[in-house]
Amino acid sequence: MNDINLTLVVVSAALLGCGVYLLLERSLSRVLVGLVMMGNGVSLAFLVAGGPAGSAPIIGSESGDASEMADPLPQAMVLTAIVITLATTAFVLAMAYRSWQLNGHDDVQDDVEDAAIRRMAATDVTSEAYGAASDDEDTDVSDDPRESDETPAAPEPGGAAPLATALDAVPGTEPRP
Amino acid sequence: MLILVAALLAMSAACPWLVRRWGRRAFLIVALGPLAGTVWVAAQGPAISRGEVLSEAHPWVQSIGMELAFRMGALQWLLAMIVLGVGTLVLAYCTWYFRKDSLGVPRFAGVLTAFVAAMLGLVLADDLLLLYVFWELTTVFSFLLIGHDPARRASRQAAIQALVVTTFGGLSMLVGALILGHAGGTHRISELLADPPSGVAVTVAVHLLLVGAISKSALVPFHFWLPAAMAAPTPVSAYLHAASMVKAGVYLVALLAPVYAGVDGWRPVLLVLGIVTMLLGGLRALRQTDLKLLLAYGTVSQLGFLVMVLGIGTRSALLAGLGLMLAHGLFKATLFLVVGIIDRSAGTRDLRRLSGLGRKMPVVAGAAILAAASMAGVPPLLGYVAKESILVAMLDVAKEGDGTGLAGAVGWLALAGVVVGSLLTAAYSARFVWGAFATRDVEEQPSVAPVHAGFAAGPVILAGLSLALGFLGRPVTEMLAPYLEEVPEGVHHAELSLWHGLGLPLLLTLLALAGGALLFVFRAQVARLQSLWSLDWSFERAYRDGMRVLDRTAVEVTGVVQRGSASAYLAIILAVVVVVPGSTLIGAWSDIDVEAWEHPAQAVIGAVTVAGALMATRSRRRLRAVLLAGATGYGTALLFVMQGAPDLALTQVLVETLTVVVFVLALRRMPEYFTDRPLSRQRYWRMALGLAVALVSAGFMLVAAGARIADPVSLMLPQEAVDYGGGKNIVNVILVDARAWDTFGEITVLVAAATGVASLIFVNTRGTGIRRVHEIPYPPTVRKQPTSPGRRPWLAAPRTLPPESRSIIFEVVTRLMFHTIVVFSIYLLLVGHNEPGGGFAAGMVTGLALVVRYLVGGRYELDEAAPVDAGRLIGGGLAVAALAAVLPLAFGGSILQSAIVDLHLPALGKLHLVTSALFDIGVYLVVVGLVLDLLRALGSHIDRQVVRARRESEEELVNEPVAGETPGTEQEATRA
Repeated sequence: MNDINLTLVVVSAALLGCGVYLLLERSLSRVLVGLVMMGNGVSLAFLVAGGPAGSAPIIGSESGDASEMADPLPQAMVLTAIVITLATTAFVLAMAYRSWQLNGHDDVQDDVEDAAIRRMAATDVTSEAYGAASDDEDTDVSDDPRESDETPAAPEPGGAAPLATALDAVPGTEPRP
Repeated sequence: MLILVAALLAMSAACPWLVRRWGRRAFLIVALGPLAGTVWVAAQGPAISRGEVLSEAHPWVQSIGMELAFRMGALQWLLAMIVLGVGTLVLAYCTWYFRKDSLGVPRFAGVLTAFVAAMLGLVLADDLLLLYVFWELTTVFSFLLIGHDPARRASRQAAIQALVVTTFGGLSMLVGALILGHAGGTHRISELLADPPSGVAVTVAVHLLLVGAISKSALVPFHFWLPAAMAAPTPVSAYLHAASMVKAGVYLVALLAPVYAGVDGWRPVLLVLGIVTMLLGGLRALRQTDLKLLLAYGTVSQLGFLVMVLGIGTRSALLAGLGLMLAHGLFKATLFLVVGIIDRSAGTRDLRRLSGLGRKMPVVAGAAILAAASMAGVPPLLGYVAKESILVAMLDVAKEGDGTGLAGAVGWLALAGVVVGSLLTAAYSARFVWGAFATRDVEEQPSVAPVHAGFAAGPVILAGLSLALGFLGRPVTEMLAPYLEEVPEGVHHAELSLWHGLGLPLLLTLLALAGGALLFVFRAQVARLQSLWSLDWSFERAYRDGMRVLDRTAVEVTGVVQRGSASAYLAIILAVVVVVPGSTLIGAWSDIDVEAWEHPAQAVIGAVTVAGALMATRSRRRLRAVLLAGATGYGTALLFVMQGAPDLALTQVLVETLTVVVFVLALRRMPEYFTDRPLSRQRYWRMALGLAVALVSAGFMLVAAGARIADPVSLMLPQEAVDYGGGKNIVNVILVDARAWDTFGEITVLVAAATGVASLIFVNTRGTGIRRVHEIPYPPTVRKQPTSPGRRPWLAAPRTLPPESRSIIFEVVTRLMFHTIVVFSIYLLLVGHNEPGGGFAAGMVTGLALVVRYLVGGRYELDEAAPVDAGRLIGGGLAVAALAAVLPLAFGGSILQSAIVDLHLPALGKLHLVTSALFDIGVYLVVVGLVLDLLRALGSHIDRQVVRARRESEEELVNEPVAGETPGTEQEATRA
């Protein structure tokens, strides 16, 4: 069993740690920088797990036999990962630019629906799904004569309105030139 | 039997189309299905009465021993007749029930027919799990039928209530079925009944099955869903809530009673719940003013009665119970259908507003009176026959126990409860008849539309059957004899007959009828008494409070857990990574040999990389962070080189360069500094998380690398690479040959990313963006020298860039070297199979050449260098790669199989060609297209936006009343 190269381990771990710190940021470009560094860190981690250093995995005169070569299988995987990181970087950059164009900043926004649920939790109300399927009054159902079926009833406004207010609460969706 | 069920289900799928085609008349066609089923089942009657049993079994899920097993004995025969017969009549009734403008009729037809099929399957199923499947199918279909009009809140509420309550029962029934099946070693009901297991587990299982039966048949405490379900259309109530769905629980009790009635707690539970339900339902029914709700509470009461009687389990009780089940199915369906007729004709169901209907629809009134009399137990109708037999059976139990051990006080109490219940039943039957058909003083006489003959046919037929079967007690008893033989003979010979002799049962019947009549006559006083006693609390309140608590809990928990911010979710994921796999490191830490470095240079490069990473993290300026991240990338590439991965290092360097360029192009318009928010305390948490992740990953790497003790699989790769792959660069052979599918997926990701970038930046199309220099018009004062056609400008910058942004040396050198770089990239492409290189690296090199030309000369220089639509390049590359993948099929190989071709060319010599080069060419084109697309999107297009923004701000300045600023010539050139 060969010794493990501590330098590579430390470098990879440092890249991952810094990448994680940046990943949790709010500005999308910072998140992306963190993602790029994490990608580099993971590539190095693959190589560490791939065994000790060796000669290049190319069959020829100057490289040794198979046992002296570096393991080519993790290298193939890392190559794929590098290219896909490039694709991700390009796409997220386009997103950041577009977000800057529309909103003036490239911050990662909080989810609107979840904010609505948190508002519901804070004000101690029931959810819209519950309200649409119950009348939540304390009257005994059996004593009220219902209208006969097939008479068209007025559509319940309770279902539509809360959704509309939740959408209205989103700030700044008008596109800015 | 399977065919019958399957045929009905298939018919239900065709129903919506039938109804859309032929309107409401299609219901008559649809009713033919259950009619055929009724005829077939009736034809089996003689054989079944002789004691034969139809059974069939088809294997379905072998691993849990579940089969499509069906069995028709006497009990199943009776129920199948009820289900199919009443189903036929209800479906035919729907033809006249629905109006021309009724909504949702096609779907209704399909779902109702499917319900008939599911109920039939439930009754005939011989496998406990199959029974459960059909049970839940009926739950689902009843949900759809009750919620027929989803716009009304009452429908939604009732449907969900029914669904929740019956599903709760169904799930406990499933658990019971599984326990019973496990204890008995089989899921087949017939085998479980023939050889019943015993033990504590079996007792629990049987009680769980009872919970299912009780919830389905609307006994206390699950009774409240049935009155609420009256929000459904009347045919649904007539079928589901009178004749079929609620009978499922009763059927289950009848099925298990002969063998399992002796299980501990069976009889006490069913007796108590049954009688309480009977009395509660009867009392509530007396208070109702809506005819449909009156019948609903009456049904609740009758179901309690039925379950109690069948639960007793003696032979005479079982026979009497089945008789009552048949009678109830007939008279309740009649009454519901009559209510539907009243509703359609008079427009209201409120008995406070109805009057004089008896004279205006005599036939319907006659049928209703017959049915109500059967319900009250008036001779000679079937209801009376059944009730009389019940009283005989219960008297036997009360006097001597009759094998049930319930002699004495319990038996007499039960009998008393039954009598009181019958009393109430008679009272509300009278109330129904009086309320619906009597002539009274009402505010406004309702206008009554005439009733079509076909509309009234259903109730009339059912009422006639109630009358006729009253006289056919003996044949019915003989029909059911095989079922009854499972139970030992009781004190009296079990028989459904009109005359049981003068005795206590007859006296009790007369007492019940008289008491009911009295209650009816003094109805005003009774109503006053009831309103004094009305309870505020009900089981329905408990259910609704429970649902409200559940919803509130869900809202609170979701509000806490689901914060909605991406960084919170990422933090949770990373924390789990640290905790869960990280905790395994504690045990896996054996001795690990570590060396500081293999070469001191690694330490230096590593130190620089780490320093760059830390500084990138701390940087508050955008471009500085990007450049430092790029520095870490280059450091990584150098470490790759020292590790023995030249291909990797090459690709890493190229990709990192392109990344930095793309970053700068995209971020150049954004503010120089990241937003200056105040530094929050949260960053310490983030630092701690980053540190934890770093430590845990270091641990993973050490443990994983230390676990490499076996021979790696890549030891055999070199030989294979040369023999089969035809190449000496093993990594490249893996990418384009051995794992070419991965690479194909990878270039698809590149295509997707390019498309995403194009749609985000261009927003419309990308093809209109190519502009050539020769399209720029000359200013009017300049005369162009005549040149040969097609002559392209050697440098685009002179005509398109302002002088202060140009560097002539840079432009000339780039222009001279561009083609050399492209040739070099093609060399890398072709040599990649044997040396470091390959499609990716080659495409990146060409791409970087384009990048340099863009950076030097602007967007016109880029368009001169590559006047081709990037989308076509990318698509073409993907097509070439796909062609390379599929081509070997034409030669008899498999997809992506490569072949080695050795050619002798006359002038060039020997050519060792491997066909995976075609795939690599596709990869090359995709990568070049991607880079071109990125440059056009993030480079040229943003340039144009910058120019446009500047021009607009300058026009505002010009339009201000400040004198004489003429735009310079450079603006004219750049404006083109």
